[in-house]
Amino acid sequence: MSNNDHLVRFVDIQKSYDGESLVVKNLNLDVAKGEFLTMLGPSGSGKTTCLMMLAGFEPATHGEIYLNEQPINKVPPHKRGIGMVFQNYALFPHMTVAENLAFPLEVRHMDKSEREQRVNRALDMVQLGAFGDRRPAQLSGGQAQRVAVARSLVFDPDLVLMDEPLGALDKNLREQMQYEIKHIHENLGLTVVYVTHDQSEALTMSNRIAVFDDGIIQQCAPPEVLYEEPENAFCANFIGENNRFLGEVKEDNGDTVKVEIENHATVVAKKVNVGGVGDRSTLSLRPERVTVNPEPGSVPNIFSGLAEELIYLGDHIRTRFTVLGHDDFIVKIPNSAVHAHLKEGDTVNIGWNAEDCRALDPSD
Amino acid sequence: MALPIYTTPGQRVWHYCYMAFCVFVLFFLVAPLVAVIPLSFTSSPFLNFTPEMLALDPDAFSIRWYKSLFGMCADVEDVASTMCHNKWMTGAGRSLYYAVISTVLATFLGTLAALGLSNEHMPAKRAIMALMISPLIVPLIITAAGMAFFFAKINLSNTDAGIILAYTILGMPFVVITVTSTLVGFDRSLMRAGANLGGTPTYNFFKIQMPLIAPGMISGALFAFITAFDEIVIILFIGGPQQHTLPRQMWSGIRQEISPTILAAATILVLFSVLLLTTLELLRRRSERLRGITPH
Repeated sequence: MSNNDHLVRFVDIQKSYDGESLVVKNLNLDVAKGEFLTMLGPSGSGKTTCLMMLAGFEPATHGEIYLNEQPINKVPPHKRGIGMVFQNYALFPHMTVAENLAFPLEVRHMDKSEREQRVNRALDMVQLGAFGDRRPAQLSGGQAQRVAVARSLVFDPDLVLMDEPLGALDKNLREQMQYEIKHIHENLGLTVVYVTHDQSEALTMSNRIAVFDDGIIQQCAPPEVLYEEPENAFCANFIGENNRFLGEVKEDNGDTVKVEIENHATVVAKKVNVGGVGDRSTLSLRPERVTVNPEPGSVPNIFSGLAEELIYLGDHIRTRFTVLGHDDFIVKIPNSAVHAHLKEGDTVNIGWNAEDCRALDPSD
Repeated sequence: MALPIYTTPGQRVWHYCYMAFCVFVLFFLVAPLVAVIPLSFTSSPFLNFTPEMLALDPDAFSIRWYKSLFGMCADVEDVASTMCHNKWMTGAGRSLYYAVISTVLATFLGTLAALGLSNEHMPAKRAIMALMISPLIVPLIITAAGMAFFFAKINLSNTDAGIILAYTILGMPFVVITVTSTLVGFDRSLMRAGANLGGTPTYNFFKIQMPLIAPGMISGALFAFITAFDEIVIILFIGGPQQHTLPRQMWSGIRQEISPTILAAATILVLFSVLLLTTLELLRRRSERLRGITPH
């Protein structure tokens, strides 16, 4: 991909509020045209700060941000032409919905008929055609959210930023809005930079997810890569569920390593992000990749586990085992007749492939 | 307000004492104002209720003091005629002139100050705030004496400019306080949204912020106006013969010869204040409604 396809580029960006500690440490990130990129991370990880720097509300302490190949550090927010959906919607309470939407058009000296046409088109897009005369206080949370989205799009920006826009909505509405925003993104060919701390939201909507922690992008990859192939213990833990073992590398076989964990059992794992023999490593294993009662010899890792707790969840049974001294080992057993006989207190063999068990950095 | 069923006799007694106390407080607040109004319609030149008035004799009432107040002296021939000149009207004009200009200045400066003080990066915020509202705290007589000496040095004594300046200083703290408290509830992300949508900072101020903090500005302006309109201490210290305001006329009227004209003036001032307060309260409610906040 050549540079010309990039709408946004963060180059060596650092940000410090107090002049001492860095909130964002040496950020390099490109956003392609038409991409839906999500910045995902816990609070305080620097993701919102990055968005604010892109919108122009916070200056970068060091480095340069490019928009359409133009450096924008010295461009004030009102000249950047970037749409934005704010966390609390930030609708102007003294204006009607239609006036809110007309605001960016008035600023751009658009004539009245064109203004009305665009406002109506934007309202129709979010299915609020009949709500133009309402005031924001008369809208429900979901409606206000849609007005905020419509307002950010009404002046046809190339880039739209969204700062945890669904955080205030209840679960059902949130899921519905995720799909709506995703469809708007696809239909209009927008570039979206989306900030959230909700991993399922990120997985649902994004083309690519940048996982932030401690001011650093831990990994930036499409959702499936991030879930299947996390590069470090933080990502493995933050995205989806995983079982973790901490141990020491005893044998390095190139593609795989043998890791000895606390009680001297040895696990064969895929070598991902670990040094050589003698280094400590976190092993990460997704609960759905574990087999109960595997054929002997079919997988390299077979251990006996004590079923502590079974939770029936319809399509699968979530089972907590004690394995290798860890009593929080979760296995998702598909709901099929084969495993219907498992009861609490049973001891069974459980196993997994070396491929599915990733040897990562020894975090925390 | 019904008392809960578990109220003990002691609590009951205390509750009724409390209610009675509240009624007394309200009575003492309102009674002097109410007493002035019928007395201003007396036909006698004295400041007390005559037996005829109490008997509701129509001859005991007249509007002669209102005529005197408005400078219509033709049928006023007794002692009060010495009071009958246009000093009341010119005084009211002066007061209005000072009050309007100083209110506009105080509202403008006070709003700017409140905006600056609400900025999180503003250094020495508390010290500046304390300084700004000191005219409210320092006894007025001290402010007045200080101004008298200071204004004499810089040739502002006995000038309209000096009075307007002094009244602006007196009125500004009200605006600073009311606008600051409105700004506490002001959502800063609205200004960011305005900027993001393409509005310059000035445009956003007039289109977004000012309409939303208008209730605070209006309340502050109202206080500033009333402060300036009925101010007596400072005008006595720094005003010359040319700065003859309405309160000053009332002051000299009550000292030189006690005439019910003062009561007529007071009645009109009370009605004026009630009207002003009502109008502005309605305006304020309207603008709060526009913000989507229902007044409680």
